[in-house]
Amino acid sequence: MSKKTKGNNSDPNVEVDPISGTETTGHDWDGLKELDTPAPRWWLTVWMITIVFAIGYWVVYPAWPSISGHTRGLFGWTQYTKLKAEQKEITDRQGAYLARFHSESFDQVRADPAVYEFARAGGAVVFKENCAACHGSGGEGRKGYPNLNDDDWLFGGKVDTIYHTIQVGSRSTDPDTHTTQMPKFGAILKRDEIQDVATYVLQLSHGTPANPGASWVRGQALFATNCVSCHGEGGVGNRDLGAPRLNDAIWLYGGRRADVVETITNARAGVMPTWKHRLSDDNQRMVALYVHSLGGGE
Amino acid sequence: MVQLFAKDEKIYPQRTHGLFRTLKWTAMVVLLGIYYAAPWLRYDRGPHVPDQAILIDLVGQRGYFFGIEIWPQEVYLLVGLLILAAIGLFFATSLLGRVWCGYACPQTVWTDLFVLVEHLIQGDRNARRKLDAAPWTLEKIWKKLLTHAIWLLIGLATGGAWVFYFNDAPTLLDGILHLDLPGLTLVWIIALTLSTYFMAGYARENICKFACPYARFQSAMFDRDTLIISYAGERGEPRGKHKIGTSWEGRGHCIDCTACVVVCPMGIDIRNGLQYECISCGLCVDACNNVMEKMKLPRGLIHYDTENNQHRRADEIARQAVPTRGRMKWIRPRTVFYAAILFLVGGLMLGAIVLRTETELNIIHNRSPLYVRLSDGTIRNNYQIKVLNKTHSDRDYAVKIDGLTTRRVELLGAGDVAVPSLRVPANSVGEFRVQVMAEPNASARVPVHFILTDRTTGKAASHDSYFIRP
Repeated sequence: MSKKTKGNNSDPNVEVDPISGTETTGHDWDGLKELDTPAPRWWLTVWMITIVFAIGYWVVYPAWPSISGHTRGLFGWTQYTKLKAEQKEITDRQGAYLARFHSESFDQVRADPAVYEFARAGGAVVFKENCAACHGSGGEGRKGYPNLNDDDWLFGGKVDTIYHTIQVGSRSTDPDTHTTQMPKFGAILKRDEIQDVATYVLQLSHGTPANPGASWVRGQALFATNCVSCHGEGGVGNRDLGAPRLNDAIWLYGGRRADVVETITNARAGVMPTWKHRLSDDNQRMVALYVHSLGGGE
Repeated sequence: MVQLFAKDEKIYPQRTHGLFRTLKWTAMVVLLGIYYAAPWLRYDRGPHVPDQAILIDLVGQRGYFFGIEIWPQEVYLLVGLLILAAIGLFFATSLLGRVWCGYACPQTVWTDLFVLVEHLIQGDRNARRKLDAAPWTLEKIWKKLLTHAIWLLIGLATGGAWVFYFNDAPTLLDGILHLDLPGLTLVWIIALTLSTYFMAGYARENICKFACPYARFQSAMFDRDTLIISYAGERGEPRGKHKIGTSWEGRGHCIDCTACVVVCPMGIDIRNGLQYECISCGLCVDACNNVMEKMKLPRGLIHYDTENNQHRRADEIARQAVPTRGRMKWIRPRTVFYAAILFLVGGLMLGAIVLRTETELNIIHNRSPLYVRLSDGTIRNNYQIKVLNKTHSDRDYAVKIDGLTTRRVELLGAGDVAVPSLRVPANSVGEFRVQVMAEPNASARVPVHFILTDRTTGKAASHDSYFIRP
């Protein structure tokens, strides 16, 4: 290390630390003195460059607030235009797939892996934004809201039928909507009769019992008079009406006796809005494909 | 005027010759040779796969190093390589001091190359000093212009070689020659051209002194048995000018010729002892040895030595005993520790490379929903299945499920169409969905084992998952 004086000037009045050869600031704290070590030149250079850069930045980019807004910068750059440009880049990239998807039928899409995966991915996003609130994030459903992963469909599980249901909804404002209404049997049947029907209905998915009880026999007769017109012989359901199948393991409103009794007594009328006016046709078709692909598609 | 910054004095290192200078030249030729030539080595991997021996294919997401092929999933090998590099550096430093800094660091190698250019055009230390101080004559202008032009060309070659590691070299060179190259590649070439020019032309020793973190934490790897460049003060002092023919009685062997100072690329005086600036390049050793030979004195007034040896020798001289030869203590706790880590990490990496499979299976159990009850009561679980076909040919795979009595298994390919087997094109990842149906009345969570069999080779890969029921 050189013993040359390192410091800001060569003023003889400035005190120089004898050990390091560096000037002191002249400040004295209980005998401790602060060395006035100058900054390295590279540091100063970088600092100057940042100042020059900042000035350039103020000119080019929006920077300073004013009373009515802010300075706009030379090229009118804003985060918003940047966002729009980036979004355009993405939609442009989607464009090729979208055009193909738009012109292809469901069957053609399903035979076209790239477009199919594109549609499924888009459908998943649309589903999570619009459908997940009722049907659950994975389409798993909940009481009163059908599970879309299973093979039980109120109105049918082909892509076309799913697409139609998405379009018109159920008991929605759409003129073509599914409108079937189950009557409140609480006003038609007596309480014990309802219990008998429940006995019969709960047994449906297990076949005819070997030695049917009296309740089941009464229930069978009541079912034939009151329920068969919609739910079909043996409770097979009717998709044209949206009458659920009753002889399977899936219960939209719960499969305990109390649930079934409640359903018969007060009836059920689930509502799904029409998506015709909320989603673009492409998006509705994508969701239909997505729902179909969840595992229960027919 | 108040001066706001410290004056940094430009260093004009003088050319020397000797063992360490030769070592440095050799290191420069070998290292630069590897750097420039490596992307041009070819290695045949078969059709549809790059034949470049060393290639980082960012677009295709593959790394190639001769017979080793790395997928993004195997990036831990890169981590291992970085650990090896770091620990290797520590190991070398604890044994030999800052040999990396002195001989192998790119900053050192390129600076050496740039000084070589300076030397060829402008002459040695004194000529360069004089030229810098001289007014701008025609001679000065052409010498300076030529120097900077060559520096820029070297920079261009540096950046130009860098991008070859990330592209097929012959194709890219053709593109560069026809000025038809990707924008990002151009940016890299320009950035590395300018950084090389700046770092080796201007910043030089300042990078080591101010910017390099390794220079600062090297002391953590040093101990008293680490090789450092040391000046044998007990032999050299008291120093002073010496007239040929006069006696050496009562004075040291250092003739204060400052040969060691003028050759130093860091601009320090090694006779002041170990300093953080010293990059252990050994040029002062060469310079001093040359002087000692002229003076008909033994070599090694400045030499590579350990602090312990130095102290012992000083002690012996103080006791007027015969100085013993320096000894190296190679095996020390820290060298053993670093070597152990090197072996451990190296062994793990070797194991990972040797045990690398050509097929990998990943199974993701669908969690939303965990299970689905079907009309007939059957419980279905859905799985996402990813098959990594690391071979260079298309393969068909069969899937088997162990640990579960299934009612039905459906493999779904693109378009949700059931497929009999999983077909994955060469060198790619295939994604499929699997639907597994099983009876409802059994335990709620059963571990299952997916086994994937390559229909061509019969080799199997497996992955654990589980089957969930209500």
